[in-house]
Amino acid sequence: MIELKNVSFTYPNGPRAVDNVSLSIDRGEFVALIGHSGAGKTTLAKLIVGLLKPEAGWVKVGDLDTKTTPVSKIAEHVGYVFQNPDLMIFSATIYNEVAFALRNRGYRENEIKKRVVQALKEVDLGHKPLDTPPYMLSFGEKHRLAIASVLATEPDLLILDEPTTGLDYARCLKLMEICERLVKKGKSVLIITHDFGLIAEYADRVLVMKKGRIIRDGATKEVLGDIEFLEKEGFMPLQSTLLARKLGLKALTPRELASAILERNP
Amino acid sequence: MGALPVELENVYAKYAGSEDWIIEDVTLKVDRGEMVVIMGPSGCGKSTLINVIGGLIPHIVAGVVKGKVKVEGIDILKEGYRAIVGKVGIVYQNPEIQVITRSVSEELAMAPENLGLPRDEIIERVNWALEILGLRGYEKRDPQTLSGGEKQLVAIASVLTMQPRILMLDEPTSMLDHEGTKMVLNAINNLRENTEMTVIVVEHRVEWAVEVADKIIVMDQGRIVLEGSPAEVFSRGEEVKKFGVRPPSVSEVAYELRARGLDIPVPVRLSEAYKVLSEVFSVDRIKER
Repeated sequence: MIELKNVSFTYPNGPRAVDNVSLSIDRGEFVALIGHSGAGKTTLAKLIVGLLKPEAGWVKVGDLDTKTTPVSKIAEHVGYVFQNPDLMIFSATIYNEVAFALRNRGYRENEIKKRVVQALKEVDLGHKPLDTPPYMLSFGEKHRLAIASVLATEPDLLILDEPTTGLDYARCLKLMEICERLVKKGKSVLIITHDFGLIAEYADRVLVMKKGRIIRDGATKEVLGDIEFLEKEGFMPLQSTLLARKLGLKALTPRELASAILERNP
Repeated sequence: MGALPVELENVYAKYAGSEDWIIEDVTLKVDRGEMVVIMGPSGCGKSTLINVIGGLIPHIVAGVVKGKVKVEGIDILKEGYRAIVGKVGIVYQNPEIQVITRSVSEELAMAPENLGLPRDEIIERVNWALEILGLRGYEKRDPQTLSGGEKQLVAIASVLTMQPRILMLDEPTSMLDHEGTKMVLNAINNLRENTEMTVIVVEHRVEWAVEVADKIIVMDQGRIVLEGSPAEVFSRGEEVKKFGVRPPSVSEVAYELRARGLDIPVPVRLSEAYKVLSEVFSVDRIKER
């Protein structure tokens, strides 16, 4: 569905932010992108959504080449939730904020209302009056509003850039459940996060970026289970994974570890 | 016996314009040198509590505070926040908006300069803060060229130069990557080991919190709903999860095993978990199969 071939990008007067990246994301995949600050994760996301154009190589969303397709057209397929919701929100009410993209796509007002109400409910903003001005919301609430505006459009690929900032654990889980539902419907999710607990629980595949390059691309179990690799690259492995290793077992999440312990000690 | 660093009794607080109380009936005592970690879902009042203890509400941010708020023995509702200037330092989550000068040493000197301290004393404090946070060599660096973790260390150091008796940090790692997080958490550990400072942190990194906290406070809807040592708080798995707090993953392993009928204690740290599990099941048996 999404394909990148030998993609590079350099900011003016800056270092090469994305360096010769090739990858593809299929329908129904739940992919996590990890890497330290400045590794190129957000730049990669912006290249996928067409906000940035590759200086070398190409990015295709379905059949659309992002270099020659307007961003508005790409946005019909890829929804991108920025790390900072203030960069996304510009309407005077939360209703209009979520309705904006739907109106642009020519939906009828009754369908728009249905989707707006549903999307706000999904992110726990259903109790807010629809005419609430976004500036009255807290950072976390604004973040959820930004997520709702993208969810309402039901994109083929949802990109979440550090969605856990400003979200508490319960809401992170809820957001992951929404993503899971999208994935079951055949949509794809790309999540940029430092939260290995959520990745271990929900993502099928992990991409690791470093200095603009993808240095690892594999199944979640394989990448997050490779403690030596994670430590060498300065990441903090999950404690349940570390405990599993101390016990001579293989498991990532607490649930998997409990099962592994019981299997060996019936 | 000296005054407690923080003594709150039946405290209610809200911002100007808000109808409901953000903090409701909070009673809390923090001992000298204690490390308190505050957890809870977003909007539960954690940051507001920090702002009440720091005297920001109602003195700088308009709002209403009721009850008794004593910080370092000073009734700040009566005496105003100026009475605690220099005694309490607050570090916020976003390092970008806290660092304003063009060199690390200028940044660190700013607060003691504003306190009107003599030059030698300022230099001494800047050197101390650089040392304790591992920022030696950064003196001339422009903070804008530093990584997020390094900037947050500078923000903490610039508060430390006031030599506060209480340091409060509001989600100091939530905008940092793993490297930045390790840097900041190690710095806080270092402060704990080398100073008498009382530290209050709002922090979601539970696996760090259980290693260093003397006390964990869980808040929900403006109230303190759980309070105790890490072991006491996380032995109550169902309640903790109900309040939207992520338990340590090693505690979750125990919850899972307990849910499947095994009566084992709930560990909170990796080392304890290994001990508990190797006592219950023979580790050799686990390993050899």
